[in-house]
Amino acid sequence: MEKNALLNAYRMMNRIREFENEAIELAKANETRAAVHTYQGEEAIATGVCAHMTREDFITSTHRGHGHCIAKGADLTRMFAELLGKGEGYCKGKGGSMHIADLTTGNLGANGIVGGGIPIAVGAALSMQLDHSDNFTVSFFGDGAANEGSFHEALNMASIWDLPVIFVCENNQYGISTHVSKSMHVKDIAERAVAYNIKGMVVDGNNVAAVDAAMEEAVAHVKAGKGPVLMEMKTYRMAGHYFGDNQNYRTRDEVNSWKDKDPILQCAKLLMEQWEVSEEELNEIRKEEHKAVLDASKAARQMSDPDIEDLTEDLYDPIFADITWKAFQKPDNGGKRL
Amino acid sequence: MRKISMREAINEAMHIAFHSDPNVFTMGEDIAVYGGQLRCSYDLYDNFGSERVRDTPISEMAIVGAGVGAALHGKRPIVELSYSDFIGTSFDQILNQAAKIRYMYGGSVNIPLVIRTQGGAGLGNGAQHSQSLEAILAHIPGIRVVMPSNAYDAKGLLLHAIRDNNPVIFYEHKALYKQKCEVPEEPYEIEYTSDVKREGTDITIVTYSAMVGRSLKAAEELEKEGISVEVIDIRTLEPLDMEPVLASVKKTGRVLIVHEACKKGGFGAELSAQIQEFAFGALKTGVTRIGAPNVPVPFAVNLEKMYVPEVSLIVETVRNLIKNN
Repeated sequence: MEKNALLNAYRMMNRIREFENEAIELAKANETRAAVHTYQGEEAIATGVCAHMTREDFITSTHRGHGHCIAKGADLTRMFAELLGKGEGYCKGKGGSMHIADLTTGNLGANGIVGGGIPIAVGAALSMQLDHSDNFTVSFFGDGAANEGSFHEALNMASIWDLPVIFVCENNQYGISTHVSKSMHVKDIAERAVAYNIKGMVVDGNNVAAVDAAMEEAVAHVKAGKGPVLMEMKTYRMAGHYFGDNQNYRTRDEVNSWKDKDPILQCAKLLMEQWEVSEEELNEIRKEEHKAVLDASKAARQMSDPDIEDLTEDLYDPIFADITWKAFQKPDNGGKRL
Repeated sequence: MRKISMREAINEAMHIAFHSDPNVFTMGEDIAVYGGQLRCSYDLYDNFGSERVRDTPISEMAIVGAGVGAALHGKRPIVELSYSDFIGTSFDQILNQAAKIRYMYGGSVNIPLVIRTQGGAGLGNGAQHSQSLEAILAHIPGIRVVMPSNAYDAKGLLLHAIRDNNPVIFYEHKALYKQKCEVPEEPYEIEYTSDVKREGTDITIVTYSAMVGRSLKAAEELEKEGISVEVIDIRTLEPLDMEPVLASVKKTGRVLIVHEACKKGGFGAELSAQIQEFAFGALKTGVTRIGAPNVPVPFAVNLEKMYVPEVSLIVETVRNLIKNN
């Protein structure tokens, strides 16, 4: 990666990390109410993937979706506002942490159902193909989703139609408490690409430069009309499944062993060794992002609750599309087939 | 005016929609060259090609989910589930995605998706190909549920549904596909409203889908006995237009609800509750329901015949209601 791209990635990863740390602080203070699933340790994936996307390229996200949302360019204050159930949040307080969507940045939304977004990403990619556009869709999901029927149905459908969709499987080793070794019998989830005759890639998801390079290859593949790609990002969920997880299913040694592979530390090392960026400069970036996150959190906390009258709003769009129906005269197709 | 079948009317509505809006496309199992298991999409493939009329793998979750995704990206997909029983294998995308996304995302997105499917018993298709699952669907906030009872309504309601910016389950009845009635050739829409199919003064029958025809036949027989029956076809379960129903109840004071689905927990329970909530004072007697017994749809001819409410049962029930009250 070029120096500037790597510096941008470092900044983005810190923004996500700081956001998640603050989200946990808010959870501790019981301001976020129910579960907050944080992304510490996986920041390189959203950062490296979304750096290759425009706002016209869409993503679908997961219950652990803050990182995807931020990397796609979301406003931090409106995100915090949604986590806090405020009326000015991305979903007017109706979604919460697990359901942030932002069409203006090409984010079709986080999803509380494991694997729920994968077929939706396929549909968006189908629409892009029908438009003959150069855009593509990325579906983020975890190792757990790779055992859902929706994953298999969606990969098969995307494969037969050569759709421009990149399936990004964030293998963070655990589905809540269950280790991947207990939930599947393949070494790499990417092996499953073979079953659908699509391109599969195993990527070091804790190394943003590796994610970046792999994503460049994947984007070239889908844009060339060669069909979908399944990228498996090997990573580790540094925090619990959500704030409050007792984590009795893993050892301190295991968690510590991944601390050396922290994607932000790895990126910092690369910047210092390869590009001679000073530690002070990196600290400055981290501090700026820390402040931006705290400012956003503070601003969000001062926002007001949704109007009570808004409870029953937004279920349906009351407007019908402006289409004028025109009669169709069928040509005579008779006798063409059996 | 010419008479066409409900199958032809649905086919015609889809041709109009494809011709009028390039964002409309359809996908489902065997719908292209084969014309669909429902035989409603015949000719569409010939006239609009394989991009917009596409066969899918047998993957109901992906079919509905891809419809949701394409709709979010600006298309107006019509996805087909060959049998409404297959809602089971696609349910997450209906229940948790299509129905909830708009509200959950604060109204920031629309899902102009039509899910065409068919249900109902009477043709010997057995327990997993004959269900009437509308109560389950109508219970979920966020999806329209439309159930046409004839060709004319089907054409107008389908065009209305395709222009709707919200997800719609367009729930056809397999026993109605061949039934013909007068249908204008030009495009028209029917809004989501209840329709008085027959006026009467002694009793109100509230019904929908295939039971509309049977209720009308029952009304004809009862007329010979001097009993005047009003038949209201609610046509859409969500949104539910109760005004004509309540107005009718206030006129007749007696109500019979007829549907093919199992009576227990069926949509008749909701209709009954609303009538008693909003027109209790007008009732001369309790609201009565006719529905199928609480078992899956049986196969044998005589059992299936007993399962689906017959005209004679409607006649008998009305007679008793009038006699005793």
